[in-house]
Amino acid sequence: MIEITDLYKRFGKVKVLDGVSLEINGGGVFAVLGPNGSGKTTLIKSILGMVIPQAGAIHVNEQHVKGQWQYREDINYLPQIARFPENLSVKELIGMIKNLRGKKANDDALIELFGLEEFMDKKLGNLSGGTKQKVNLVLTFMFDCPLLILDEPTTGLDPVSLIHLKELIQKEKEAGKTILITTHIMDFVDSMADEIVFLLEGNIYFKGTVAELKKKSSKNELEHAIATILTEQND
Amino acid sequence: MNIIIVLTPMIGTIFGVMYFYSSREFTELLLAQPIRRTTIFLGQYLGVALSLTMSLVLGLGIPFLIYGIAQSSEIWNFGLLLLSGAFLTFIFVAVAANIALMHENKIKGFGYAIFIWLFMAVIYDGLFLISLVVFEDYPLDKFSLFATMFNPIDLSRILILLKLDISALLGYTGAIFQKFFGTNTGMFASIGVLLVWCGIPVFFIKRISEKKDF
Amino acid sequence: MRHFIISASVLLCLFLHINYALGTVYEVCSSCEKTSITETISLASPGDTLLIKGGVYQEGEIVIKKPLVLLGIDKPVIDGGSVAGAISIFADSVVIKGFIIQNIGLSYTEDYAAIYISKSKHFIIEDNELKNVFFGMLVEKSHFGRIHNNIVSGEVKEEHNSGNGIHLWHSDHVRITENHLSHLRDGIYFEFVSESHIANNISKENLRYGLHFMFSNNNDYYDNEFINNGAGVAVMFSKFINMKRNRFYKNWGTASFGLLLKEIYDAEIEDNIFEENTIGINIEGSTRINYRSNSLIKNGWAVKIAGGCYANVFTDNNFIGNSFDVSYNSKMNDNKFDNNYWSSYTGYDLDKDGIGDVPYRPVKLFSYIVNQTPETIVLLRSLFIDILNFSEKVSPIFTPDHLVDATPKMKMIND
Repeated sequence: MIEITDLYKRFGKVKVLDGVSLEINGGGVFAVLGPNGSGKTTLIKSILGMVIPQAGAIHVNEQHVKGQWQYREDINYLPQIARFPENLSVKELIGMIKNLRGKKANDDALIELFGLEEFMDKKLGNLSGGTKQKVNLVLTFMFDCPLLILDEPTTGLDPVSLIHLKELIQKEKEAGKTILITTHIMDFVDSMADEIVFLLEGNIYFKGTVAELKKKSSKNELEHAIATILTEQND
Repeated sequence: MNIIIVLTPMIGTIFGVMYFYSSREFTELLLAQPIRRTTIFLGQYLGVALSLTMSLVLGLGIPFLIYGIAQSSEIWNFGLLLLSGAFLTFIFVAVAANIALMHENKIKGFGYAIFIWLFMAVIYDGLFLISLVVFEDYPLDKFSLFATMFNPIDLSRILILLKLDISALLGYTGAIFQKFFGTNTGMFASIGVLLVWCGIPVFFIKRISEKKDF
Repeated sequence: MRHFIISASVLLCLFLHINYALGTVYEVCSSCEKTSITETISLASPGDTLLIKGGVYQEGEIVIKKPLVLLGIDKPVIDGGSVAGAISIFADSVVIKGFIIQNIGLSYTEDYAAIYISKSKHFIIEDNELKNVFFGMLVEKSHFGRIHNNIVSGEVKEEHNSGNGIHLWHSDHVRITENHLSHLRDGIYFEFVSESHIANNISKENLRYGLHFMFSNNNDYYDNEFINNGAGVAVMFSKFINMKRNRFYKNWGTASFGLLLKEIYDAEIEDNIFEENTIGINIEGSTRINYRSNSLIKNGWAVKIAGGCYANVFTDNNFIGNSFDVSYNSKMNDNKFDNNYWSSYTGYDLDKDGIGDVPYRPVKLFSYIVNQTPETIVLLRSLFIDILNFSEKVSPIFTPDHLVDATPKMKMIND
């Protein structure tokens, strides 16, 4: 599905990705973890072609992504911070994206699920962070795509919406899709992720199932397991 | 005339920079969609440039049409004025887009944009004047021609000046300009130069947009 | 005594009348007894009259050596055949009236003219139409003549092989009125001419000057129009010239001007209109000239002063919409500007006396720079120049300190 080989990316003098190689195959939820600034978002943006790496290759569905755009047809992306053009209304935005993708979308069901009906005619600039995130989720989940990339999907969501989100992800997973998630909420990872990719200082420190990680750090709770990894690293 | 020659680039630059900064979110949203990068950026560029040009053409054209310029012989000069205004808009929006793409820092970007405008509209002419005065013992007509070509604001100004009666004022130097710009070849050459002036920053928009990280 | 004067004048009038009308009258036409003008002239005695009827007369040069009256009836055509001149006059009191004279020969060595007048007094050239001429009228060492209501046109292309419309040399007391001169080298040319009067003529589209004065003192020209001439009107090396109510219009060209004054002393320039000329008035080395009530409208330079010009006084003039009002090539200043209206004056009049409270500086910094380095004119109308002029206006450094109009009028001066 996704194959990354020797990916290097620097922003000025800061090395963000330092030879990352990663292969993600088959359906399931893959959690990309790591401390702040470990390169999670950069990795994701590289896959999407928003960040251009200095070296290395990324293949999505056996297709080299560099300079390409068609492959994004198969990806639904949820950006980390829901930033939208402020002068558009929710309805206009959704309509525009639908128009752009030209695909069948089940936006109505999602709007209902997140209770966004009353906001449809509001300008995006006037919405709260949580509501924007819900719009963000609608935009991401309304198309039927084999690959979903969710960058911090839980940000600003109320518990009810969080449950809805989990259900959505579960549903997509059951549909056999590949879902890439970054998050700092370990509960979320614990309950959702099939496999963990742990990034540290621009490298993949660990890749495996949650159980394997727990075993490696000999801790029962994921949170502690991660913390152990980090402290070991600092020593 | 000065209004068009001076203000059009300023509006183009400032508005262009503002647009590219404030549409950043939108750009990011679009980037994740299956759209070619160049399409996004050139689309945005054309959107701004065309709407500014439209507002210029309509804003000036309608009152002048009502005023009855269509019947007068001034229509071609007026057309030339609008054409240079349109060119200046396209050129300076493209320059602004480059600045906005190159600098993440809005304040810096605005600073550069204003500086570029100020440079082209004022400082350039100042340097031009100084060099003319300093090198007055040398033949300067080639230099003037070249220096004029190099600044789209000056080029537009001269093009319009030469179409006005006032061209006789330009005297000997003017005769050379008249000889060059007055003919069809000169006219096409200067429009060509303006097109190149549009083309270069647009080309850079394309290049930068293909390389930039978001 | 008084009776004597009256009867003498009556007698004189009678005599003149008889001389004019009662001399022998010869008719010339193709079907008349006389068919040739030249032959008829040789037959005629001084004071006789030739009535020349419609038709074309191609007789080479017609030479008149005695006082005769030649009257054209139904516009007879005298054709020079593009070989030489048409009529030459070497006698006093010759009248040429009502002819079409055309096709004068072109020469680099001889000044062929439609009508050549030499050492003649009291000549009258009236109501003629001179077409395709080299020189129109060439008048040498002649006095007390009258040139009235003629139309003179050439087909000149280059300056070195073209002639002037009305060319006076070493003559005086000539009145030139209501003539129409076009497509010549100079419309009217004066050299060593004095006490002459030019009025109500229209001189336009001439290759060089509409009117050209050289070394000609004590002349005046009123109510003429000079339109679209190659360079305008040039008045050079002359004294005591009055120029009033003339109109200088559209003398546009890289080196054109409405009026050029070069080495002129003691002239009066009043009530003229200078409109749309590259340079309205170009003044070089001219002294003691009064410019009053002129209107200078939409010129490139309204007034351009070069070299030592002293005691020129500009009062009650309108300066409207000129690119440069006054340009000066030196800091020296002994010329005065008072009570003029300047359309680019931005001052105010708090005491409402019609006079601006702040002096006006007619010399812009840019015009000073352009004088120094003419190439800088390419920056005309650029923002930088506007800023430059503005800052110079606020704190003058380069422009002549004393060159101000301390009493600028707030409103246009209408007579």
